[in-house]
Amino acid sequence: MSSISVRRIKKSFAALTILHSVDMEIEKGEFVVILGPSGCGKSTLLNVIAGLEECDEGQIVIEGKDVSGLEPSERGLAMVFQSYALFPAMTVRRNLSFGMEIAGTPKATVAEKVAWVAKLLQIEALLDRKPGQLSGGQRQRVAIGRALVRSSSICLFDEPLSNLDAKLRAETRVELKQLHETLGSTMIYVTHDQIEAMTMADRVAVMHKGKVEQFAHPQSVYEKPASLFVAGFVGSPAMNFLEGNLDGLGRFVTGDVSIDTSAYAFEGPPLAREAVLGVRCENISIVERGTPQTIPAMLAFTELLGADALAWFDCLGKRFSVRLGVEAARSMRKEVGLRFDMAKASLFSVASERRL
Amino acid sequence: MTSAAIRREPAFGPRTARVGLYAFLVVSAVFFLLPLLLVIMNSLKPMEEIRQGNLLALPINPNFDAWVSAWQSACTGLECAGIRPGLWNSIKITVPSVVISTLAGALNGYALAQWKSRHANMIMLLVTVGLFVPYQAMLYPTVKILSNVGLFRTYLGIVFVHVIYGLPYTTLLFRNFYVGVPDEISRAARMEGASFLRTFWSIILPISTNILVVVAILQFTGIWNDYLLGLIFAGNDNLPMTVQLTNIVSNARGAANPNVNMAAALITAIPTLVVYFLSGRYFVRGIAAGAVKG
Repeated sequence: MSSISVRRIKKSFAALTILHSVDMEIEKGEFVVILGPSGCGKSTLLNVIAGLEECDEGQIVIEGKDVSGLEPSERGLAMVFQSYALFPAMTVRRNLSFGMEIAGTPKATVAEKVAWVAKLLQIEALLDRKPGQLSGGQRQRVAIGRALVRSSSICLFDEPLSNLDAKLRAETRVELKQLHETLGSTMIYVTHDQIEAMTMADRVAVMHKGKVEQFAHPQSVYEKPASLFVAGFVGSPAMNFLEGNLDGLGRFVTGDVSIDTSAYAFEGPPLAREAVLGVRCENISIVERGTPQTIPAMLAFTELLGADALAWFDCLGKRFSVRLGVEAARSMRKEVGLRFDMAKASLFSVASERRL
Repeated sequence: MTSAAIRREPAFGPRTARVGLYAFLVVSAVFFLLPLLLVIMNSLKPMEEIRQGNLLALPINPNFDAWVSAWQSACTGLECAGIRPGLWNSIKITVPSVVISTLAGALNGYALAQWKSRHANMIMLLVTVGLFVPYQAMLYPTVKILSNVGLFRTYLGIVFVHVIYGLPYTTLLFRNFYVGVPDEISRAARMEGASFLRTFWSIILPISTNILVVVAILQFTGIWNDYLLGLIFAGNDNLPMTVQLTNIVSNARGAANPNVNMAAALITAIPTLVVYFLSGRYFVRGIAAGAVKG
């Protein structure tokens, strides 16, 4: 049984449709990241799951129970907000216990739970301070603590790290992941940061314009993007794209060049059609110009990144990035050929923008 | 171009600008305080000095006789008990009116700030219209309504009128304050299971100290200094100080006593001044609390 089922959720604000029939099955104990650019509907989806916003159509089922009509507090889940949303006039202790106070939990249980969460997150020393006296990282912990006190089984996160500085963000990322492993709780985490998505998620749901484009393990999102959008959004630098045609005879043709696609694992029959070939910068090798099955390219510039380097080429009117060693980058010739590793490349239909 | 040409001195040095600024402030302060000073001076003079007709002279023989007379023996119409009964009337009208209109305005403002829809904007617009309609235009209908429900010229009636007339203003001020409070705080409270009223009471009101003080002061001054509504709606037993002050000043019986009139005016103004001085400290505290809020 899934922990959370999102079934055909639709949501629009006036004439603007935010969510087009979103479906998602989230397993118990899973860490799911909802990834997408701003305005893709990811926060709205989270709010609908939490019950803070009503959906126009569809159902939310949590642990077998349809909660669509229930108030957020009755859904058995907790949420961490982007701005932490701590209650400014209350001490950390009261921030943690406020929900239980409302629910009428016995005082002893409240004290016990507050003590447990304070120890877990190492915020014992802060319990009698007000949120205004805490640093960003400490506020973050308190916000997480408030969520865990409420419900340690399902936790929703709305871009919780985006207000932290880079170093703290990296540390908190690791801690959050460890916390997830310790508690075994189901977590749904909304972010636009693909590093967070790649490092933390058991599965990533990539959203675009109110639709889930792909819902899979982060590595397969990276290696086998299901659509042109996912391919372009995930990965830095972005995937290199080349427009052309599949001739139906096992070749991808663009301009004068034709590339053998026999190494590529098609998902359907390789019919003749307009297609886009996508290759990541690490799946391109640099060879002599004029080698068969390669694309002629002209070096534009190189970037040394420390551990490795990126070489940027102009070819067929596009800019291509190639990842290579620092030494190779230093001795790069101006005119070369690029060979694509077709086993690791992606082909998309121009018409449907889906993977072929 | 040389660097000397770039770093040219400004036409007025910062010091000159400061001096000009202070000069302007001092002149403005004197300009506004001069009438007050004259009132204080003349309230301290006995009648003989006043009769000499030299309004601008300093009191030769300053004493508080006029103040005492204004407080307990000046005639307000037929009775001659000074302005003292009016003080209590003013307090019992002002305090509940301020408290109710401020708290109700806060609740209204929070609701309107939370409720994001065209209807909410429409209601806000209507409330704002209420601000721009002059009291005088609403007097007659209000009199009719209150006499129909039996509240005209009663204590409850005058408090009710002050609360209703104050609401558009307090609602607008609170609404504009609460629009700046992050939505996520209310959402977090909702996640915790807090009802709308509980959220307002436990989470929103405690962070509203500054605006509460500001609105309460504005309401206090407004209601304390009100004359028109008190005259019409309070009824003879509840006439506020301002109305009694006018009665003293315009009392036709006996000779005019400008020194008593001025003392009475000053006594009437004291509570608002006290509130300003006390709240000044509150303002500073409010600002200091805001600084750690982050």
